[in-house]
Amino acid sequence: MIPVPLVTAAEVTFWIAGPLAVLGALGLILFRRAVYSALSMVLTMICLAVLYGSLQATFLFAVQVIVYTGAIMMLFLFVMMMVGANSTESVVETIKGQRVLSILVAVGLFALLMFGIGGAIQGAAVGLNKANAGGNVQGLAALLFGKYVFVFELTSALLIVAAVGAMTLAHIGRVGRKPTQRELAEKRLSDYATKGDHPGSLPNSGVYAHTNAITAPALLPDGTISEASVSQTLVERGAIVDAPALAAQTATAFKAIEAVRDEEDE
Amino acid sequence: MNVENYIYLATLLFALGTAGVLLRRNALVVFMSVELMLNAANLAFVAFAELHGQLDGQMASFFVMVVAAAEVVVGLAIIVTIYRTRRSTSVDEANLLKF
Repeated sequence: MIPVPLVTAAEVTFWIAGPLAVLGALGLILFRRAVYSALSMVLTMICLAVLYGSLQATFLFAVQVIVYTGAIMMLFLFVMMMVGANSTESVVETIKGQRVLSILVAVGLFALLMFGIGGAIQGAAVGLNKANAGGNVQGLAALLFGKYVFVFELTSALLIVAAVGAMTLAHIGRVGRKPTQRELAEKRLSDYATKGDHPGSLPNSGVYAHTNAITAPALLPDGTISEASVSQTLVERGAIVDAPALAAQTATAFKAIEAVRDEEDE
Repeated sequence: MNVENYIYLATLLFALGTAGVLLRRNALVVFMSVELMLNAANLAFVAFAELHGQLDGQMASFFVMVVAAAEVVVGLAIIVTIYRTRRSTSVDEANLLKF
């Protein structure tokens, strides 16, 4: 009989989520498109959340999913949409030998940290069963509002400063003076007087028996199409429907109805 | 469960984050690599909380998350501002201070 190795649920979780987290981190570095990098970062963060769960940090598990994966990474994706998601970066080295040196530094740092911090671990893990006896969230709350209450108060200042700072940085100042409503109205009427521009709003799109979509142009009293009733963008895309044909359909339908009525009258 | 494995994973993720900061040019990806390093530090904090049987490590990790959220907001605002003036997010392009 093959001896079954004694494994705990935490170990199984670690050996599934750990390699996936490393894969996500590698994807973050290696994908040339920023969006793919962001999505592999999401994978890493979710795996880390699972690992927090296996380390009996249930509150951090939830916070990791909500704050990191939900809020921070989505913020990254929004900014990527603003600054061009499809841009791939060039692979040309600006500093010669930078890539090799970077990899060397990373490997060296890994070795240094592994031996440095790994050597600091002494004895078996105590485990959080005692600390979590009254519940993980309750234990953290007791620390947060007890021992660390001053730090907690300071974070509120940090968050406010960060929010105001981001607003200031992203704000675009107005270059000219904002025109008043009176000036706008006077300009509209002077345009009408000098250039003959219509001062009112543009006509609606056409309303037919079959459609009243914005692609259907309205008809003028003489049966011609009103150019102003449809958007110029739609005209350029060729999305405009044939208005006289629609009107003709309506006309034939009316004729048929009237013919039936005439028969009934007879 | 051996806590050392978690620490080794955290150091590996931290080193990968460092590599990302050093290798990539896109400011957004560099920034995400910094986030990865913060996450690795968080994992180490949580693992040490398990090792010592105290919740202080988890508390530290929680504060790191708060600081990271604030940092991301300001950092992304800076990236957007730079993009507005220079039409690029490459860290090589921002070289006005170059001698």
